[in-house]
Amino acid sequence: MSLTMRIFTASRNGQRMFRTNGACLLAAKRTEPKDIVEVPKGYVYVNNKELSMEMEDITDRAATSMFFGELFRGFGVTLAHIFKEPATINYPFEKGPLSPRFRGEHALRRYPSGEERCIACKLCEAICPAQAITIEAEERADGSRRTTRYDIDMTKCIYCGFCQEACPVDAIVEGPNFEFSTETHEELLYNKEKLLCNGDKWESEIASNLQADHLYR
Amino acid sequence: MFYMEFILSLIGSLLLIICVLVSVAFLTLLERKVLGYIQIRKGPNKVGLMGIPQPFCDAIKLFTKEQTYPLLSNYLSYYISPIFSLFLSLFVWMCMPFFVKLYSFNLGGLFFLCCTSLGVYTVMIAGWSSNSNYALLGGLRAVAQTISYEVSLALILLSFVFLIGSYNMMYFFYYQIYIWFLIILFPMALVWLTISLAETNRTPFDFAEGESELVSGFNVEYSSGGFALIFMAEYASILFMSMLFCVIFLGCDVFNLLFYVKLTFISFVFIWARGTLPRFRYDKLMYLAWKCFLSFSLNYLLFFIGFKILLFSFL
Repeated sequence: MSLTMRIFTASRNGQRMFRTNGACLLAAKRTEPKDIVEVPKGYVYVNNKELSMEMEDITDRAATSMFFGELFRGFGVTLAHIFKEPATINYPFEKGPLSPRFRGEHALRRYPSGEERCIACKLCEAICPAQAITIEAEERADGSRRTTRYDIDMTKCIYCGFCQEACPVDAIVEGPNFEFSTETHEELLYNKEKLLCNGDKWESEIASNLQADHLYR
Repeated sequence: MFYMEFILSLIGSLLLIICVLVSVAFLTLLERKVLGYIQIRKGPNKVGLMGIPQPFCDAIKLFTKEQTYPLLSNYLSYYISPIFSLFLSLFVWMCMPFFVKLYSFNLGGLFFLCCTSLGVYTVMIAGWSSNSNYALLGGLRAVAQTISYEVSLALILLSFVFLIGSYNMMYFFYYQIYIWFLIILFPMALVWLTISLAETNRTPFDFAEGESELVSGFNVEYSSGGFALIFMAEYASILFMSMLFCVIFLGCDVFNLLFYVKLTFISFVFIWARGTLPRFRYDKLMYLAWKCFLSFSLNYLLFFIGFKILLFSFL
């Protein structure tokens, strides 16, 4: 017990002594690091300065490199990071927030009456930079213009969102779904049926996203 | 009686090898976890309870993958070198100091030096026999680096041999009963740690597998089982180096549970260094080996020799 007390007081006094001495040393005028060559007026010398060759500075540098002073500081930083709260989320069980403008899986929407919105104007096909959309159109029995074929190659698509910007009737949209990975390539070649099905499935989310963003469209 | 001894030591070394392999498995998990937390993310935490069986899943996956081998490779040496590498990493554990039922022999230090020197050949042959540019470059780098650092490693070990007067690892315990060598030789411990990082090809010195320039270094062409063996050999040697650090600098009380806590901490330091330090530059690596560490270890060697002479002439 007494031994530990003695060590403790010694360390405290030692610290005090060290501090005052350190202050004295700092107060003493040090030789400024000099440029290695004479610099003409108006120029700035950007290379390393000549190191001070005072005994004290040499000892300082030697101690820093012998005892890995700077390395230990770096190690302290990473040790502190271990105890930080991880920035990750527990993905399949919790998901990050999505913007209403998020561009995920495509969907073809319908009017509330159940009539499909797409009028086969082919603007999306024309604007698609990846040429992922293929549309064929025909006149329907009631005289309206509708698509007979609306394919999107999801493996070609770059999810730029130009199709939904081009669409005059908000038929093709990119919904909030991003988890549609498949095991084969063929399953990602979407046809009209699949897209309409997506539209029915995600209608409420898509509608609320459009509502949230309608002022800016 | 002789047969009894023989069988017992055989069982002892078998147990040691099994324990080393299991700890290798969990060291990989520890590495992924610690690196994850250093990068403010969680490591593997999905498999089982908190991802603890993850290394076993990895092992099963690796060993059931298809083993490919390059068409123009030197098949036999290509095939043998990972096996030999793992064999050496486990074999070197035989010189672990222990009182009973293990081969704690008098020339343990020399045995360690022999095994680490041979370990260089496995990397070189693995890189060379793959017959691929990147593998060859990685192998060459590993050889140059390991040989350079082995000089200082051997010199530091030699200075300790002068200090304790024996190659037997057990003597480190007798000389450290009152004070650890870590405390009286702190800079030397740091240098030894750095050298063991270089010796095991770990991150600031992982030029053998510089991903950014050499894809994956000397093990580019290895897949499935061969890759797993190289990986296990690497981690077994990391564990051995941490064990050796504990033996030389941290008391060497192998019969004490605390020894294994210290061992785990030093292996944690290896991982910690990987999470902290970026890769060194190759020329700087060589300068460090030949200009700093060699002069450092030679100075210490002379100091210890002089110290012993002084001690024996005046006592």
